[in-house]
Amino acid sequence: MNLELPIYLDNNATTPMDPRVLEAMLPYFTQKFGNAASRNHSFGWVAEEAVDYAREQIAKLINADPKEIILTSGATEADNLAIKGVYEMYASKGNHIITCTTEHKAVLDTCKHIEKIGGSVTYLEVKEDGLIDLAELEKAITDKTILVSIMYGNNETGVVQRVREISKIARKHGVLFFTDATQAVGKIPVDVNADGIDLMAFSGHKMYGPKGVGALYVRRKNPRVKVTAQMDGGGHERGMRSGTLNVPAIVGFGKACELCMNEMESEAKRLSAMRDRLENALMELEETYVNGNREHRLPHTSNISFKYVEGEGLMMGFNKNIALSSGSACTSASLEPSYVLKALGLGDDLAHSSLRFGLGRFTTDEQIDFTIKAIKETVLKLREMSPLWEMFKEGVDINAIEWAHH
Amino acid sequence: MAYSEKVIDHYSNPKNVGTLDKSKANVGTGLVGAPECGDVMRLQIEVDEVSGVIRDAKFKTFGCGSAIASSSLATEWLKGKTVDQALQIDNMDIVEELHLPPVKIHCSVLAEDAIKAAINDYRVKNGLPELVAEKKAH
Repeated sequence: MNLELPIYLDNNATTPMDPRVLEAMLPYFTQKFGNAASRNHSFGWVAEEAVDYAREQIAKLINADPKEIILTSGATEADNLAIKGVYEMYASKGNHIITCTTEHKAVLDTCKHIEKIGGSVTYLEVKEDGLIDLAELEKAITDKTILVSIMYGNNETGVVQRVREISKIARKHGVLFFTDATQAVGKIPVDVNADGIDLMAFSGHKMYGPKGVGALYVRRKNPRVKVTAQMDGGGHERGMRSGTLNVPAIVGFGKACELCMNEMESEAKRLSAMRDRLENALMELEETYVNGNREHRLPHTSNISFKYVEGEGLMMGFNKNIALSSGSACTSASLEPSYVLKALGLGDDLAHSSLRFGLGRFTTDEQIDFTIKAIKETVLKLREMSPLWEMFKEGVDINAIEWAHH
Repeated sequence: MAYSEKVIDHYSNPKNVGTLDKSKANVGTGLVGAPECGDVMRLQIEVDEVSGVIRDAKFKTFGCGSAIASSSLATEWLKGKTVDQALQIDNMDIVEELHLPPVKIHCSVLAEDAIKAAINDYRVKNGLPELVAEKKAH
């Protein structure tokens, strides 16, 4: 079989759309173009019906009621709506939010905004394996706490937090629990009732749906949760999110959820087997480390540090053929390496040396074979070129050297 | 970020990777950068005692493609130059030759620092005073 290049292994950044999703969407661009809010003619009814159906597909995947799904432009908007919306709605109850240091920027920067407008935020540190300390969480709750915001699965390491224990603690203290589940929904079973989730953000394009669409789950019963709208307008989405509904994208999102619902179980098995094979083969290299808890982890994600080689330099060896992400600073304008890996206690050197693998629905065994070979070869080549590797091999203690930091 | 062809060429076929015997009096070694910053360069020169000409130059670099290319290019330029001529190599020459984008200028600064550090090591070993280099922002 001919291997098509380049290979896409950055599915945590975005996933390709499933052709079945595209097929479901197409009629809603041209023939069925109506505004779902047009109540007086068939064009509007057709669009509304399509949105209702998609809402059911979306709700079913997370065991929610369709009325609890607030459609948004994506997970970033849902994160903003959840945190800012709860902060405003529950202002009379308190102004304290608890989150953790490995959250996505959409949560962290929103929390920073809350601090700027007078709220207070506790950023829990994570343990070496990326999990938060549940006792620390409980200790951080005060009578002013209104929200606990802890992500479901981490985008860089794939570490899955103990959501059920977290929600139990929040509930015990009468605090709402919000989770950014962008990487988890569609990949592992997420059940808002069994998991005790009050609010949850997720996105279409991380699960083989289109970009530009996502949702905020807002619990309607036990307790009934409300958020203050962050956008004023026509009062769509039960008044929580105004703006004409993006019908084709919503239809695609619904179809993507349905496909995940039907295929998640077998897909997760296939991907975790492939991921483990990739990981075990790369771990044959000396001084190679998996970052984060290997047990509580998304099935398709692996984050590995190859000590004594730099991530961007490493990627350059194969990025014509393989698309991956690195925790190295050099990929961005800043010189700081991944804050997520640093939060796990990794030294900057190991954070600089990391690669993130995000497997997906269309990843094949042949692609994994090619990747293993290419990465092993590049690591060996760059180590031959690395002064740090030479020192390590000669038994020089690299930490004892006084490096000139810039 | 797209790399220039010259960076890709140096990365794929680096010139003068290796190690010179640092215990020799006519070998100068410069080790600059820091693992925490994501780049470390070790650059070595071997100087002809009679002519003062750099006979050989070697490098090893931990860093991104631009850092590897900058040090590879530096060793190419060093060979055949006298120590004094080598001191004239400016980081902006490297930037121009490799078409480094602004975010990668620090790689060229590091290469210039490595050249100066290697020359200083050679000077100190041979009883000459250390040169105080002007500090460039990384």
